[in-house]
Amino acid sequence: MAKILVIHPEKCTGCRNCELACSFFHDGEFRPSTSRITVHNWEIEGFSVPMACQQCEDAPCVAVCPTGAMHIDPALNCVAWDQEKCIGCRMCTLACPFGAVFYQTPGRIIKCDLCGGEPECVAFCPTHALEYVEETDAVRGRKKAFATHLKKAFEEVG
Amino acid sequence: MTGWTGTILRVNLSDSTVTKEPLDPALAKRFIGGRGLGTKIMFDEVPPTTDPFSPDNKLVFAPGPLSGTFAPSASHFDIVTKGPLTGTIAASSSGGSFGPILKYAGYDALIVEGKAERPVYIWIKDDSVEIRDAEELWGKQTPETTEAVRAATDEEASVACIGPAGEKLVLFANVMNECNRAAGRTGVGAVMGSKNLKAVAVRGTGGVQVADPSAFREAVMTARQMIQAHPVGGTGLRVYGTDVLVNILNDTGGLPTRNFQDGYFPTAGKVGGEALTENVLVRPRGCHSCIISCGRASEVTNPKFAGRGEGPEYETAWAFGPDCGIDCLDAVTKANFLCNEFGMDTITLGSTIACAMHMYEDGILTLEDTDGIPLTFGHAEALVEMVRKTGTREGFGDKLALGSYRLAESYGHPEYSMTVKMQEMPAYDPRAIQGIGLEYATSNRGACHVRGYTIAVEVLGNPVKIDKDATEGKAQWVITFQNLTAALDASGACLFTTFGIGADELATLVSTATGVEYSTEEFMKAGERIWNLERLFNLKAGLGAADDTLPERMLKDPIKTGPSKGCVSHLDQMLPDYYQLRGWDESGVPTEEKRGQLSL
Repeated sequence: MAKILVIHPEKCTGCRNCELACSFFHDGEFRPSTSRITVHNWEIEGFSVPMACQQCEDAPCVAVCPTGAMHIDPALNCVAWDQEKCIGCRMCTLACPFGAVFYQTPGRIIKCDLCGGEPECVAFCPTHALEYVEETDAVRGRKKAFATHLKKAFEEVG
Repeated sequence: MTGWTGTILRVNLSDSTVTKEPLDPALAKRFIGGRGLGTKIMFDEVPPTTDPFSPDNKLVFAPGPLSGTFAPSASHFDIVTKGPLTGTIAASSSGGSFGPILKYAGYDALIVEGKAERPVYIWIKDDSVEIRDAEELWGKQTPETTEAVRAATDEEASVACIGPAGEKLVLFANVMNECNRAAGRTGVGAVMGSKNLKAVAVRGTGGVQVADPSAFREAVMTARQMIQAHPVGGTGLRVYGTDVLVNILNDTGGLPTRNFQDGYFPTAGKVGGEALTENVLVRPRGCHSCIISCGRASEVTNPKFAGRGEGPEYETAWAFGPDCGIDCLDAVTKANFLCNEFGMDTITLGSTIACAMHMYEDGILTLEDTDGIPLTFGHAEALVEMVRKTGTREGFGDKLALGSYRLAESYGHPEYSMTVKMQEMPAYDPRAIQGIGLEYATSNRGACHVRGYTIAVEVLGNPVKIDKDATEGKAQWVITFQNLTAALDASGACLFTTFGIGADELATLVSTATGVEYSTEEFMKAGERIWNLERLFNLKAGLGAADDTLPERMLKDPIKTGPSKGCVSHLDQMLPDYYQLRGWDESGVPTEEKRGQLSL
């Protein structure tokens, strides 16, 4: 069974090790602005939410892609991007409801690729707020709980 | 360059000029960065006799070569200036994310000089640097300032700012970043206030490279594992925060109580880490790249002291708690929130209020002096009210704003002030723990525990346990801790990483990040160089051996109760050894030979 990236915001301390590990793995430098995972901090409330690509099954970024560059990779259970086929139209960045797909010049679409199956963000998260686990019913339950949490947070911050 | 960005940013507030200068690689190698680089810049550019509030004083904001990487807990930067509380070189370290983000913007240091005519803030977005009007921010507390600056610049900006205390030149005003993290000690916030500088906001979209990515990753993994396996670094600080030390120090008999009249407080546990976890903790928090998570998001619901924010740390819980004879955690936490909001050092303010309570109980201060508030030990409401008054410098708060030394001296009783070089001693009684007393006496920024945390060996047994009451051998321990901490502060790492790693691992991290090979000895020598340069600055500022002492009570009046009953500090048995091992003459001046060894 394929694995998925699970986020537990209640365990997140806001340290951003995930962003650092992500950019270091993909770009060889520590650069949060190009990290595929982003931590959002509410400092006074002491709350943080890491956000990354949800690897949607019915992915809007795949649906709008005119060339098939954005596609489902069944082996990794993720949405993958093929640079060869990409024409740089950026429709995928507009379609993503989570803001998890973005464009960087020159001609590069940045989104989570699960590091090919061994996510570095998970390896460097000190509190297990990020997990890469098999998609069981229990995991689905946590996802639902998180989504509810997130919905509430978004409503609160407007 | 790798590790370093290679660029220093200079902003002159008098003539509104912005310049960028290359970082000299040879200088970077010798002083590493952070506190070391900041001190070197101060030494070269600011005459040590300069009035701290003069436009000629400068502020250096400096992260280190590890800042911005995923080296464990490498969130730190230092603000280096001439301090208004002590008149010494003042380096105040802070976690948060300001340091790393300054690196992403492309800078190893920001030097602020001159003085703006009107309130301003500095906005740095990568290459672009603006000095902007801050008239509407003036008077705002630190969370409001942070929010307003982000709204005017970038929601992702890191904001280091002062609150009303810094504006009003409270001598121990701090600089807050990300609302909760403080460059706490020595009054660096008042220097910002004196320059009419309300905030520095920075957003960096660039990256930090390291010299040898695979070796660096391996060094990071090793260091992480060592810290995570350590009972304090890996578990204790995350579960209980630094406040876990309350019970430990009380059980040692080294918890200063009622303005250092005693070393034991029977109900201390009520403000300790265990009580904090049960009563006010929301969840642990971590600074940038932190794996320790000692930060405490906390909330007080008791309507009398209600609030939300972060804290308290151990030293804060002690200063507002046992040192003021108070065991009400809600009040202590509220006092902490107010300090963060007004922008004040909790240690100095708590100890100053304790000093005032002592003077009040001895009849030196009367209700007339204290705005009609009975300042008795244990009076939690009075504590919170005095914190508020100090933040606004209203009534008696105007005197508290000067720190305990100036307060007590103004009434003709400086002996009530528990200070070294006019900075308040922190939460470890130097009578109960000999080495820390020598450390306070010789600290280059006035009394301070984080210049050389000998508590690690004298109380906690990290990495070894030594006899806290012995004086023999303490000079060498103090020197080792002071040199290590200076180098660590220069690297950008958090001091708490030493609950797991030491100079070997730090030297490897800095070497693989920068490409400059530091052996453990060279890394420690850089720390020694920084320490001696700070000393030379202070000597030129007019300080000398006579200032390397402790309050007389610590040397003469024994602790009255508890496990360390009867103890006094034997500073005189340790200080000559310290000078000799430092390579200083009897007046505490580094010899020609020592300066030669360190190329100073």
